Amino acid sequence: MGRFILRRFMYMNVVILVVSMITFGLMHAVPGGPFDREKALPAEIIANLEKRYNLDKPLWQQYLMYLNDVFIPQFSKTAPTSNLEDDALITFKVSGNLWVRWMNFGPTFSSRSRTVNDIFRQQLPISIQLGILALTVALTIGVPLGILAALKQNTIFDYLGMSIAIFGVSVPVIVLGPLMIWIFGVTLKWLPPTGWGTKPPYILGIFPSDLSWSFWRTAIMPAVALGLGSSAIIARLTRASLLQVIREDYIRTARSKGVKESHVITRHALKNSLIPVVTILGPMMAALVTGTFVTELTFGIPGMGKYFVTSITNRDYPVIMGTILLYAVFLVVANLIVDIMYAYLDPRIRYD
Amino acid sequence: MADLLKVSDLETQFRTREGVVHAVNGVSFDLKEGETLGIVGESGCGKSVTVMSVLRLIPTPPGKIVAGEAIFRGKDLLKMSDEEIRHIRGAQISMVFQDPMTSFNPVLTIGRQVAEPLEIHQGMNRRQAYDRVTEMLDLVGIPKSRDRLNDYPHQFSGGMRQRVMIAMSLVCNPSILIADEPTTALDVTIQAQIIELIKELRDKLGMAIIWITHDLGVIAGLADRVLVMYGGYFIETAPVKSLYATPTHPYTLGLINSLPRVDSDVQCRLESIDGLPPILMEKPNNCPFAPRCTYVKERCYQENPMLMETSEDHFTACWVDTLTGKERA
Ligand SMILES: Nc1ncnc2c1ncn2[C@@H]1O[C@H](COP(=O)(O)OP(=O)(O)OP(=O)(O)O)[C@@H](O)[C@H]1O
Ligand SMILES: [Mg+2]
Repeated sequence: MGRFILRRFMYMNVVILVVSMITFGLMHAVPGGPFDREKALPAEIIANLEKRYNLDKPLWQQYLMYLNDVFIPQFSKTAPTSNLEDDALITFKVSGNLWVRWMNFGPTFSSRSRTVNDIFRQQLPISIQLGILALTVALTIGVPLGILAALKQNTIFDYLGMSIAIFGVSVPVIVLGPLMIWIFGVTLKWLPPTGWGTKPPYILGIFPSDLSWSFWRTAIMPAVALGLGSSAIIARLTRASLLQVIREDYIRTARSKGVKESHVITRHALKNSLIPVVTILGPMMAALVTGTFVTELTFGIPGMGKYFVTSITNRDYPVIMGTILLYAVFLVVANLIVDIMYAYLDPRIRYD
Repeated sequence: MADLLKVSDLETQFRTREGVVHAVNGVSFDLKEGETLGIVGESGCGKSVTVMSVLRLIPTPPGKIVAGEAIFRGKDLLKMSDEEIRHIRGAQISMVFQDPMTSFNPVLTIGRQVAEPLEIHQGMNRRQAYDRVTEMLDLVGIPKSRDRLNDYPHQFSGGMRQRVMIAMSLVCNPSILIADEPTTALDVTIQAQIIELIKELRDKLGMAIIWITHDLGVIAGLADRVLVMYGGYFIETAPVKSLYATPTHPYTLGLINSLPRVDSDVQCRLESIDGLPPILMEKPNNCPFAPRCTYVKERCYQENPMLMETSEDHFTACWVDTLTGKERA
């Protein structure tokens, strides 16, 4: 297993490299540039700006410079400054006066006082938190609902559960979100209609360090709104898979041994039926974390979504590159976790 | 000896989209302490459904046991509560299934699966159960059994898995072992080993056996009594010697003639029975074998024959005396 994980990390480097190449290429292939305005700026100013951000250099040179800044750890004898050009995501002291700076994602064109790393430190964690919570919602609703529907196949529970599931997939966040805000936030006043209840610093750069009731109060509506559609997918998959497993020979064997009906499900059927569910968690997790834009907009959450979307229309090259690369890392890691869980669930799968 | 299990007039049907399948149509048999009963018949004739009905392992719906009783040690298995029959399954009556590849749970260790009946029926904890499981695996010939308790089914070969399956079925010392084509999925040399193993275990442990197969050759050396099944009916039942010496039903004759013989001097072609076994969508008024029978008479299409005693302890459901080719009186 250790070897497998190592291999996957090496493979991740390749993926990231390829993704960076494609993104870089596409980004520059699209017409328009970061400094195009409705009223065109004077040519000298544009030339100046381009010079400042190295956009006047040939593309291959820009690309290599980017790779160097982001991928290669930079050693230096001077302590990091608060200079914007000096802002690396990972900075630490090796010894006496040797410092390492790694992953300098560069400036953002849309603000003179912030770097891409500032966005990663302040906005990205919120989107990841929202994505993880939405996945949790999807699982805690989807799996039990699927099991219930399968066990009570063709009864009112089954039909009701699957109707909820269809409702879940077909109602988009843009409808569900405002509806929830109106009911629970405005009319009943149970929950704050907008906002997000945590602030940096975050543990490991992701997890809130100040968990409190007020956090959950702000998180619950957006997490449900974002996760409900996925919970429906999980419910349907769980149901189908459990129905299939119940017909397997080994379930008959279990019954023939005198295993209690409840244990036939919990001990013999459940683990087998969750295997297909686990396989979709990787892509689903990625989709939830990267798909927070509408939810964040609806609930006024200061997450990554807005920056990601506007960076594309604004041709904010460093933000586009950085976000896509981080999402790619995230996707690969999520799939790695899924593969590890998969091996744990199914002993027939061995990776080395 | 006393009857251990007495099944009478057992009838099981499946309600499917196409209609009601009459899988088992009022069969009766009894099993004595320590006796070995063979049930033979083509695929789909209702062998599995018969024994699974006795343990109430038929999937319901679509299956339903519509009539009959199965008295085991004085109690009717078909009428007792779910909880009661659960305590009989795996403890007093246990089963070995056809396909050792699919009959084990792929995500649980062999140790846990074999120990389960002990934990359920004898209240053992994991440690005690594993000691007994090791003993049992030794008995069925698993080498280094203690080290294999934590292995998963896919780490065993087919033959070994079937041995483990046998160990699992016998771990609580049941008085009846039902083996539903336990060797069909295995290759020939392994088949012979498994049959030898079961014989040995029967001599050691003394359980009664119901052995299902579609191969008359297999049970010749194993069974005390043979039931031949066709279209959901028993059409001939007899002690094993009598059945092989004087088979009387045309279908049994056909089955025996389709066996290769080593003691035959002349090189003769194996015979086969033409046609397909029926799937009964309604209870027939004729002999279900009539369309494929070479001895067929007018009466066979008018009335379905029931078992009748043709010689001592030898019962046949046929209107025709196959020795003379004439209709029975
Ligand atoms: N779950 C089910 N639903 C519908 N019909 C069924 C079901 N199980 C069995 N049957 C029907 O019952 C009949 C008898 O099946 P059974 O499994 O007892 O045959 P068998 O003699 O054991 O055959 P084989 O040698 O192939 O195991 C078949 O005609 C089959 O179509
Ligand atoms: Mg069968």
